Amino acid sequence: MEKMARVSTALGGNTLTGRTMFCHLDAPANAISVCRDAAQVVVAGRNIFKIYSIEEEQFVEKLNLRVGRKPSLNFSCADVVWHQMDENLLATAATNGVVVTWNLGKPSRNKQDQLFTEHKRTVNKVCFHPTEVYMLLSGSQDGYMKCFDLRKKDSVSTFSGQSESVRDVQFSIRDYFTFAATFENGNVQLWDIRRPDRYERMFTAHNGPVFCCDWHPEDRGWLATGGRDKMVKVWDMNTTRAKEIYCVQTIASVARVKWRPECKHHIATCSMMVDHNIYVWDVRRPFIPSAMFEEHKDVTTGIVWRHLHDPYFLLSGSKDSTLYQHIFKDASQPIDRANPEGLCYSLYGDLAFAAKESLISSDSNRKPYIGDRRHPIFFKRKLDPTEQFEYISSSSALSVFETDVESGSMDWFVHTAKQYALAGRPLAELCDHNAKVAKGLDRNQVAQTWTMLRIIYSSLGTMSSTNLNHSMGKGSTTLPLMNSFNLKDIPSGLGSESRLDRSKGESRTENILMDSSSTLINNEDNEETEGSDVPADYLLGDVEADEDDLYMMDHENPHAEEQEYSLPQEAFPLRHEIVDNPSALDHLQDKADSPHVSGNEAETVSLTPVESFSLISISHSLYENRLPSDFFNPIVRDTLLFYAEQGDVQTAVSVLIVLGDRIRKEIDEQTQEHWYTSYIDLLQRFQLWNISNEVIKLSTCRAINCLNQASTTLHINCSNCKRPMSNRGWICDRCRQCASMCAVCHHVVKGLFVWCQGCSHGGHLQHIMKWLETSSHCPAGCGHLCEYT
Amino acid sequence: MNRLSAGSIGGGGSAASAAGQYRVCGNCRKVPRQEKRVQVSPPLTRGPSAFIPENEVMQANGLDERTNLLVEEYSTSGRLDNITQVMSIHTQYLESFLRSQFYMLRMDGPLPLPYRHYIAIMAAARHQCSYLINMHVDEFLKTGGIAEWLNGLEYIPQRLKNLNEINKLLAHRPWLITKEHIQKLVKTGENNWSLPELVHAVVLLAHYHALASFVFGSGINPERDPDTSNGVRLIAVNNFCVCDLANDNNIENASLTSSNFGIADSLSELEALMERMKRLQEDKEDEEASQEEMDTRFEKEKKESLLVISGAFDDEIVSTDVSRYVEDPGFGYKDFARRGEDHLPTFRAQDYTWENHGFSLVNRLYSDIGHLLDEKFRMVYNLTYNTMATHEDVDTTTLRRALFNYVHCMYGIRYDDYDYGEVNQLLERSLKVYIKTVTCYPERTTKRMYDSYWRQFKHSEKVHVNLLLMEARMQAELLYALRAITRHLT
Repeated sequence: MEKMARVSTALGGNTLTGRTMFCHLDAPANAISVCRDAAQVVVAGRNIFKIYSIEEEQFVEKLNLRVGRKPSLNFSCADVVWHQMDENLLATAATNGVVVTWNLGKPSRNKQDQLFTEHKRTVNKVCFHPTEVYMLLSGSQDGYMKCFDLRKKDSVSTFSGQSESVRDVQFSIRDYFTFAATFENGNVQLWDIRRPDRYERMFTAHNGPVFCCDWHPEDRGWLATGGRDKMVKVWDMNTTRAKEIYCVQTIASVARVKWRPECKHHIATCSMMVDHNIYVWDVRRPFIPSAMFEEHKDVTTGIVWRHLHDPYFLLSGSKDSTLYQHIFKDASQPIDRANPEGLCYSLYGDLAFAAKESLISSDSNRKPYIGDRRHPIFFKRKLDPTEQFEYISSSSALSVFETDVESGSMDWFVHTAKQYALAGRPLAELCDHNAKVAKGLDRNQVAQTWTMLRIIYSSLGTMSSTNLNHSMGKGSTTLPLMNSFNLKDIPSGLGSESRLDRSKGESRTENILMDSSSTLINNEDNEETEGSDVPADYLLGDVEADEDDLYMMDHENPHAEEQEYSLPQEAFPLRHEIVDNPSALDHLQDKADSPHVSGNEAETVSLTPVESFSLISISHSLYENRLPSDFFNPIVRDTLLFYAEQGDVQTAVSVLIVLGDRIRKEIDEQTQEHWYTSYIDLLQRFQLWNISNEVIKLSTCRAINCLNQASTTLHINCSNCKRPMSNRGWICDRCRQCASMCAVCHHVVKGLFVWCQGCSHGGHLQHIMKWLETSSHCPAGCGHLCEYT
Repeated sequence: MNRLSAGSIGGGGSAASAAGQYRVCGNCRKVPRQEKRVQVSPPLTRGPSAFIPENEVMQANGLDERTNLLVEEYSTSGRLDNITQVMSIHTQYLESFLRSQFYMLRMDGPLPLPYRHYIAIMAAARHQCSYLINMHVDEFLKTGGIAEWLNGLEYIPQRLKNLNEINKLLAHRPWLITKEHIQKLVKTGENNWSLPELVHAVVLLAHYHALASFVFGSGINPERDPDTSNGVRLIAVNNFCVCDLANDNNIENASLTSSNFGIADSLSELEALMERMKRLQEDKEDEEASQEEMDTRFEKEKKESLLVISGAFDDEIVSTDVSRYVEDPGFGYKDFARRGEDHLPTFRAQDYTWENHGFSLVNRLYSDIGHLLDEKFRMVYNLTYNTMATHEDVDTTTLRRALFNYVHCMYGIRYDDYDYGEVNQLLERSLKVYIKTVTCYPERTTKRMYDSYWRQFKHSEKVHVNLLLMEARMQAELLYALRAITRHLT
């Protein structure tokens, strides 16, 4: 803490010197203020009211203003201010509503000068006029601001904010007559001191109380405000409407803001609760404070720059009963600890990388990542050299690495996602269908997998012998497949599969020779090769897939964990409550599509018959030398892991859904969740909303399942007055009209409402459906050819 | 005589409370002879409240808006409980009340749903409020709670059990809560609470303690519609003893409206009150009170609150179906003023206010609840119709503030900028008795207390008073608890 950095600045004659130092106060401070000559500071709090002189090495107590026999509430200060014109003059705001002025020039021990007891509630803030000696302004909890002339006994004028408590008042520095007041309800008012009847301007600055404000010392139109909503906002008041020009989001409610002298864009803030640090922000760079003082151990309650024209010395008082002088040199700069690189993948495998220019320029010559088929593009953003950034001197470069069109194409993904059938039919049919889809897209390995699955899990007597060959065929393809990965010139996705095709042809011919009675051995074979498959591919597999995988892991991991922490506990009861709704929704969704069974039903539909089949097949297997399907579970699991590892979560998740309970227990929940979230994320990035929703619905993971139950509110505006409807969906509170009328029956729709996105006419779902059977024009008669999906 | 009430019916696998067991009402025993044999059910009066005639509740201003709100509430929660009905006299308030309650019970939050309802049960049990307990036993089961827990505190997980201490303190002597209590709960270990969970629990506890005050203060009747009791219900609905509502009033007394006794008397009372209010508002500074004077006034008010309650109560015998949710039932409100040897410092309101500190903390740890509570506090503090009894266009600010601050005063919270002499001038003794009872030991509220103050005032105004008391109490509890959490954090 005892940093020895010494700073001195020349300020037109007198020089400020000092170091980071502190002294213990006897009690928590509520506010501090400095004398004009920057040599003394006053500290005020509930049980303290003292003046310290700021020496070279330490603070020295000069004067204790709390005198008298009994402690009075008049000494219990909420705020203190030292006059910037007259160094003998101070004013305090007491928690009991009294405004007290103090004259240090008094010869007696008691320096109390005047007492104004006009406010009914706590006075939150007092403020001297910057150029007028006798003018004092106060703002109180009772909602009034009062202006006092210190030569008179009573207030000169009273300003009523017509709203809740006043939290801060500040005279404009340049504008002689103007002051700003901030309120508990989030408003800021501008007043002309000559016109107590009405404010000049008012605007809502924050959500919740505005705790503080500060006029910019140089730019007279700028006002900074800080609120409970954790924001610091800078307003340009020169225009007719106050315009928010900068906004800084902090981590706790903002108690004080103070512009840094001589630095146009810098502002110091401290917070009301929880956070004890003092931050200095560059308002143009709102995401990271440019400097940070971390000395205090409890909430900082008062900050003030030591001298009007010196940006390097900051004084602060705190609830931890200390008074600090901070030197800018000793401030910690979070920017040094920030990671200046950013990296992101696009949907099609393009990679964007942003970093400091200095890093890039040396690296870009080497191009370590860039293969032959990738072309880097560079964007550079040079900052305006005229701007004098103290800490924002760096410029950054953005590079984008594109993958070439062929390998980057994700068409197969989209097609597969659209065409796969995941539920609603017997397992065998699903597998067949999906195998056909995969084959149609030249993804033979995947097609094989589907076929295998069908054989394993739903083997009927008819297919047993012929299809067994397929399963073996798959097993033996793995050897030639490994070779195919060595051929690097072939674009990975296509290459391996066409290769696979060929090799499969070969292997099939081999397999025909095999006897069906040797299934057992072959299956063991199968297992082994499958096992060796994974590492082999991991080594040889293409870079793209791996990176993709990596990316998804990174991205989804924390997300999934978070969900696991909070959601599952609630998910149960919520689901029970709305158990009726999904089926209703199903009708809505599937009205045009093929009949579709909701997740649970599908499970039971496909499950029961298949289960019985497998029983039969066991009895058959005795006879045919076949094994129960459970036997293959480890293999299937490895297959899925293999696909997921390769970056093809689509296959993994699809198989998972189709097989349902048969395989679910083999794979641990977390992995499944991982796959689901990855796949859903991918689907959503391709804007395949319906499919992602279907996957969510069919998933057996609890954490995934309840994704559908989050944010189920639909906000609508009234069709008459265009205002949001708050209470009910069918009647507008404002215009007292029924907003959603059925265009067919002209009654109010209170249940399912469907409307055309083109002309926004609609009505009861059933009515519209019926109407559309006979006519394609809008039932409202607007002439629109309604489009429903 | 001892009135016998039907025991709880141990359904749903809980065998702890034997079916058909007879119990003795704790309160009635104290007044054995005054009461004639009273029918257990149906309750004294029909309608949602035993204190307020049904038609008073049903007819109120702004009917349109009110019906809308009630319809909405019915459609979201599937029922309209008596609390909602009584509160609906003050529609504006009801809206923010329901919104915050809905949020803390049903929306995203750190605690699982059954926990929330169980905590509500624990909180209500501190004041033996069987009405709330019944309501949340239902909810608890509906949200998938483990039925075994309803057998009592021995059956719940240690983690929930740990909450007992803070529940007890918060309900009766919140000023005793220290950061050590918080530390004990959040200390890492098997059964620790995370801060967000703890804040959620504290908010729930405070809410249900305060709501119990409202329930007793307004004499809320048990729900009578049968369709809610179709499901599993561990406790019989009607074990709610009539004497809880009206200790020593028989039926005639209950139907006796306050208007036919002492009209002239109460009229002049009202006039005098209004006169005093006016004087307070007009000339504040004619009697410049010295600092010591102010201090003594606060102390005096604090001390006097000590004497306010008449007649000592013994430790009550709590019916078993409530007591199984209560640990250390003997622990009750002990006057802040009667602190004796351990000198607890007065809580200075300005040093830890809801607006500045409480809000920020609560909102940080349990997002959005801060806004809802803030709106509710603000609503109740500013709610006024500018009427007093038969008079219109009255500024009731001083009166409302006196009520609010008096509650805080009893909890040892002092406002520097408030002259506690006002309390003395504005709140008559019978009202103070009522306030003290409702906030500190609501289970002892009687209809007589309710009737005996402000005889000229409308029922809706008395409900308004109850709302103020309830929110003031909740805020006081929250302030103490949150201050302890803040201290733990720093």
